[in-house]
This record gives sequence, structure tokens and C-alpha cells, in this order.
Amino acid sequence: MADLHFLANPARFRRFSQRVLPGLTFATVLGFAVGLYLALLQSPPDYQQGETVRIMFVHVPSAWLSMAGYALLAALGASLLVWRHPLAALMARAAAPVGACFALVCLATGSLWGRPMWGAYWVWDARLTSMLLLFFLYLGHIALSRAYDDPDRGDRAAAILALVGVINLPIIKFSVDWWNTLHQPASLMRLDAPAIHPAILMPLLWMAGSFLLLFILLVLVRTETEIDRRRLEIADQNA
Amino acid sequence: MSSYGVFILSAYLVVLVVLGGLTIASLSARSKVRRELAARGLDRPREQRARTT
Amino acid sequence: MTGFLALLSRDLRLVWRRPGDVAVVLAFFVVATVLFPLGIGPQANILARIAAGVLWCTALFASMLSLDRLFAADYEDGSLDLLLLAPWPLELAALAKCAAHWIVTGLPLAALAPLLGVAFGLPPDALMALAATLLIGTPTLSLIGGLAASLTLGARRGGALLALLALPLCVPTLIFGAAAIETLMTGEDLLAHIAILAALALVALATTPWAMAAALRQAGE
Repeated sequence: MADLHFLANPARFRRFSQRVLPGLTFATVLGFAVGLYLALLQSPPDYQQGETVRIMFVHVPSAWLSMAGYALLAALGASLLVWRHPLAALMARAAAPVGACFALVCLATGSLWGRPMWGAYWVWDARLTSMLLLFFLYLGHIALSRAYDDPDRGDRAAAILALVGVINLPIIKFSVDWWNTLHQPASLMRLDAPAIHPAILMPLLWMAGSFLLLFILLVLVRTETEIDRRRLEIADQNA
Repeated sequence: MSSYGVFILSAYLVVLVVLGGLTIASLSARSKVRRELAARGLDRPREQRARTT
Repeated sequence: MTGFLALLSRDLRLVWRRPGDVAVVLAFFVVATVLFPLGIGPQANILARIAAGVLWCTALFASMLSLDRLFAADYEDGSLDLLLLAPWPLELAALAKCAAHWIVTGLPLAALAPLLGVAFGLPPDALMALAATLLIGTPTLSLIGGLAASLTLGARRGGALLALLALPLCVPTLIFGAAAIETLMTGEDLLAHIAILAALALVALATTPWAMAAALRQAGE
């Protein structure tokens, strides 16, 4: 992380972001073009899940990124509270809604996968339930960071919340898993296949890569927006 | 596509609506803030403004 | 330690002079719980089956209800600034406030729950288990709720926001608390569940005071 510290200066971050954004946009579009081709047209149906395996190609990457996004929030929170990096607050403010949207996509696609596979749109599956709780944690973070008239206070309160949340996530995950085994008869079918065939793995990796690029792209664009917005506020205060 | 086509299609539609909507919202918010900055003559960082004047 | 006890007894005395605040929380707990049989119907087997979950959820809501005033009064009248300047750790002060909250809500809730459990047709051993799990689980709720209260200090929409922050973090306690009572029907080990509840309380005790102190410091700046 040490070599990322140069980004802590907002002006330097802006120059960095403006240099990488065009290439990143191009790579994201290209990644989605290839990924969608592989996922929808090229890959064979799974022998167990049939055609619905194609939902996995968007469901699994969004699950990964929503979890990685919360880890990012916690890391940004730590860097705000420990080193008082001014950019960490703005980036956390920018990243939280992105992570929440990925969690929402994960929930919606999981539910659309569950209808043909489990016969119901919502099953209290352990993974879906913990993803729902992660979504609530995101909502709390977003609401808290925007609940103060003084944005700095919201940023720091949300940073503390992100750190507490990241400690609690494994505990929540464990308790939901345990609760699920207590109340649920064994699932008809797990969301993950025991061994992934290369024909399934390739589109999955392409889609995961494209989702990651989109995540970075959105966070960079939104962080730029937050920097500009903060400059506007300062200019208005001085005027 | 099989009889599950509806679910697969709607799953990809959800991805398009949520992530596409977020992208459009992010880009339009950025251009809106940039326009406001430009209206106040603050559209470039301090050091660049110093160099051009 | 003297500071801890002084603050604890001060908070308890404040509550003692206005017992109505506690009474309202307990009345909410009773009324909210009684609504469930009215909504679901009086079938004894269904009520006995859901009693543990219902009582745990309403106890959780009731303890959230009183939390938004936990630090707010001190924040408004300036006592919080004195606590920030005090020569003893702010972590202990936060802990004392949570302890006071637990004594005036957690303890009465745990005492009241078995009485309501009778109305749900719970057998005597389940009533004992209910009181025991609430006794061990409610400190966690007070600590997590106290953290949410310190984070939302001075925020707009404080009360609703507090619940949004605290409830997802309370899920593990709710799961193990309610499941402990079901062990009596399934024949599992009740003590194991109580041990997990105690472990959750200890984790909360070890982590939340630091977070609360950090939140209170930035609220006082």
C-alpha cells in the first residue's frame, strides 16, 4: 500500500485519474464485449445447472466485488482515521454506493437464479442472507456518511462504522451459516460447483475482470466528482 | 436458449439497469459539478491556472 | 475505576428521578409482543414455536428505542466535553454509559420476558432459558447500540439511522439467543449456546468501547 500513498494528495490523484481513465474505459468496454460473448454465446450449458449457469457469470463477480468493496471501505476508513488522508474520506464516499449497487446486483441475480433452480425467488440460503446483511451494512455506511451537516464528521463516523463492520462480517457470516444449517434441510443445489470446468471458468474470469475494471472506473470517476464537489463547497464558503 | 431464457435475460437486464444506471449517474454528476466549477472559474487546479496567467 | 462508578451511579440516579423513560420502553416491549398473537392467531402450538424469536426481536427493538438519548443529553448540555477532558479514559466513560443502559433496560427486559413467555405457552425450562439468554445477550445489544448512538450523535434522522446501523450488527446475538431456547425442544446443549452468547458479549466488550470513544472524540471536536 505504501506506494499508493502518493495518491493521497487530491490534485495528484486527479492527474493520475485523468491519465488512466481513457485506457481504463477502453479496457472495460473491451472486457465486457469479450466477456458477454463468452458468457452468453460461446460457453456450453452446465450439465447440472443447464443454461442458468449463465446467471452465475454476473452473480459471482458481483458477489466478489461487493465483498472486496467493503474491505476497501474498511481500508480507506483506517487510512482516514490513522493517517488522516484527505482523499480516503472522499474515496470511501465515492465507493460505498458502488459497492452497494454490486451487492444489489448480486441479490437480484441470485434471486433470478433461485427461481428456476430452487423454485422460489427468495430462499433463506446462507449466502443470500449474508449478502443481504452486507447490503444493509452498505446502506448504513451510505446513510451515516451523509447524515451530518459537516461532511468531515460523516466521513469519520462512517470510517469507524466500516472498521467495526469488517470485524463483525466474519461473525455475522458464521452465525448465518450456522442458523441456516439449523433451520434448513440440505440445499437442493449449492450455488458453487465443486470443480469448475474450464469452459465455465473462462467466461467467469472475463466477466470478473470486466466487473473489476468497471468498479475501479466508477470509483475513480466518483472520487473525482467528490473532489470537485468539495472544492465547490470551499469556494462557496470563502465567497 | 431454453425455457429458462426469461430468467437469464432478466438477470442480465438487472445488471444493465443497475450498473449502467450507476455509470450514467456518476458521469452526469461529474459533468454537472465540472460545469459549476467552470462557471466560477475554478475548472483547473491552482498550479495550472498560475501557469497560464 | 472511581470515575466509572461515579458516572454509572450518576446515570442511574438520572433515570431514577424520571422513571417514566424506562416504563415507556418496557410498555413498548409488552405491547409489541402482545401484537404477535393478535396478528398470527391464538393457536398454542404456533405461538410456542415462535415465542423465542418474537420475544428476542421485540427485546432488540425495545433496547434500540431508548438508545438515541444515551449520549445526546450529555452532548447537548456539555457534560460530554467534560468527559472528554477528564483525566481517565473515555473508553471507560462510554462503557459506564452502556452499563447504565443495560441495567435500566436489559435487566428489566430479561425479567419481564418470562412473564410474556407464559402467555405464549412456553414450558418452565424454556422460560428459564429465555431469561438466561436475554441476561447474557442484552449487554451485547447495549454495547452495539451504544456504538450506533455515539456514531449518530448530532446527525439528522438520528433515531432511524441508529437502528439501521445497529440491527445488522445485532444479528449474531439474535440468532444464537433465539436458537438457544429451541435447543430445549431439539435436545441440543443449551450451555453451548449460552457460551457463544457470552463470547459475543466479550467480543463486543473488547471492541466497541474503543470505537465509541473514537466516535465521541470526533463528535466533541
